[in-house]
Amino acid sequence: MVIELLQRLGSNTRDGFTKLGRGTRFLAQTIAGSVSVLPRPRLLLNQMYSVGVLSFLIISISGLFVGMVLGLQGYYILSDFGAEETLGVMVAASLVRELGPVVSALLFAGRAGSALTAEIGLMKATEQLSGMEMMAVDPIKRIISPRFLAGLLSMPLLAALFSTVGILGGQMVGSGLLGVDEGSYWAQMQAKLDFQDDIINGVIKSIVFGFVTTWIALFEGYDSIPTSEGVSRATTRTVVNSAFSILGLDFILTALMFGDD
Amino acid sequence: MDNSDSSQNTLVSVSNLTFSRGNKKIFDDISLNFERGKITAIMGPSGTGKTTLLKLIGGQLCPDKGSVKVDGKNVHVLRRAELYDLRKRMGMLFQSGALLTDMSVYDNVAFPLREHTKLPESMIRSIVLMKLQAVGLRGARHLMPNELSGGMARRIALARAIALDPMMILYDEPFTGQDPISMGVLVHLIKSLNNTLGLTSIIVSHDVHETSAIADYIYVIADGKVVDQGSPEHIRKSSSEWVQQFMNGTADGPVHFHYPAREYVDDLLSAGKRYH
Repeated sequence: MVIELLQRLGSNTRDGFTKLGRGTRFLAQTIAGSVSVLPRPRLLLNQMYSVGVLSFLIISISGLFVGMVLGLQGYYILSDFGAEETLGVMVAASLVRELGPVVSALLFAGRAGSALTAEIGLMKATEQLSGMEMMAVDPIKRIISPRFLAGLLSMPLLAALFSTVGILGGQMVGSGLLGVDEGSYWAQMQAKLDFQDDIINGVIKSIVFGFVTTWIALFEGYDSIPTSEGVSRATTRTVVNSAFSILGLDFILTALMFGDD
Repeated sequence: MDNSDSSQNTLVSVSNLTFSRGNKKIFDDISLNFERGKITAIMGPSGTGKTTLLKLIGGQLCPDKGSVKVDGKNVHVLRRAELYDLRKRMGMLFQSGALLTDMSVYDNVAFPLREHTKLPESMIRSIVLMKLQAVGLRGARHLMPNELSGGMARRIALARAIALDPMMILYDEPFTGQDPISMGVLVHLIKSLNNTLGLTSIIVSHDVHETSAIADYIYVIADGKVVDQGSPEHIRKSSSEWVQQFMNGTADGPVHFHYPAREYVDDLLSAGKRYH
C-alpha cells in the first residue's frame, strides 16, 4: 500500500519533470522559430486577428463592468472617510496594477488560450502537423511561432484596453451616478499614479502573463494525445494551468515590484 | 537482400530495420528494397505497423537498429536541413488527406509551392491548375476541405503531394473507406501518375484486390517480418498458408478468428468470482 503510493508519487514526479523538459525545449524551438516569422508579417497579422482582435469584445465588456463595480465599492468605502474625491486614484491604481493584467489574462486564457490548444490539438489529430513535416515545412515555424508572437503582443494591448475601459466605467458610475467631481476624478488620478511604478509595472505583468499563457496553450495543444478525449483534456489543462500560473506569478511579481516602497 | 548490383535501381532501401514501441516489437530485422519507377506495395493486416514504416522512411521516426536509405542518403543521420531537402522530393499521401482545414483547395495545393519557392503568383496559379487538372478536380478549387468528400480530399492531397514534382510518393492506405467509384479513380490515378511522371510509388495497404492490380512488386508483412515477397502473381500463388488466408480473406486459418483468451468454458464458469 505505502510502496504503491510511493511508486505513484515517484512516477508522477518524473512525468511532471519530463513534461517540463519537453515544454522548455518546445519553448526554445518556438522562440528560435520566431525569427523566421519576421519576413512574413502576414502570418503574424492573421494570428493577431484571431488571438487579439477577436478577444476585444469580451475584454472590453468585462473591463467596463469591473470598472463600474470598482466605482461603486470604492465610493461606499471612500465616502466614509470623506475621501470620495480620490475615487479616480483607487479605480485606476487597482486596474492598472492588478485587475487589468490579471483579469484580462484570465479571460485571455479562457477565450484565446483554449482556442489555441484546441486548434493545435486538432491539427495534430488530423495529421496536419505531420503532413506539414512531410512537406518539409517546420510546423513550429509555420504554425506555432506566429501564434506565440501574436499572444505575446496582444496580451499587453488587451490589458491596456481592459484598464482603459475600466477607468471610464468607474468614472461613469462615480461622477455620472454618484456625483463625484469629474475634475478631481481625473486630476487626482493624474497626480497620484506614477508612470514607472504603476503603468510600466502593469505592462510588464501583462507581458509575462501573455508569455506564460500562450506558451502553455500552444504546448498543451502540441503535446496533446491526438484523440477527441486527449484534445479536450489538453484544453482543460490549458485553462487551469494558465489560471494557476497567472495568479501565482502575479503574487511574485507584485512582491518584487511594489515591495520596496 | 542488400546487393550493391541493384543499388543503382533501388531508390529506397530499408536494411535490417528494428523498431519497437514500448515493449512491442513492431519490426524485427526487416529488409526491403524499392525500385525506381516501380509501384511497390506493402501489405499486411491492420496494426502491423505499415504506417510506421512510411514514417520511418520519411524520417519522422527513428529506428532502434538498421538503416533507411533514400536515393543513397541515410535518412536518420541527415541533419535537419538535409532531411527537409530530401522531403521536398518525397510526397506523402496521408490516410486522412491531412489537408490544411483553414485554406481552400487552391491554397492547399499552392501551399508547398509558396513555402518552398519564390515563384510569382501567376506561375503558381498555372502549376496549381495543372496539378488539379491531373486529379480531375480543377473545378473544385474554391471549395474548403470540409466541403469535400473523402475521395475528393484524397485526390486534392495527391495533387498537393505532386505539386513540387517529387521523385516518389508514399501512399498510406489510399483505398481505405472509399466507395467503388472513388476507389477506381484512385487506382487509375496512382498508376497513371506513376507512369506519366516517372515516379516511384510505395503503397501501404490491406486492400488486396486494388493493390495487387497495380503493384509491380509486393511485400507481405506480419508480426514484424516479411512473410512473402514477389510479383502479384507470385503472391497469389504463395505457398504460405498465412498469405493465402490474407489474400483470400478467409475468416479462420493461421490467423485465428478469436483474440487470444483462456478456454471459453472456464471463462464462462468463472463468472461468479469476477465480472470481467
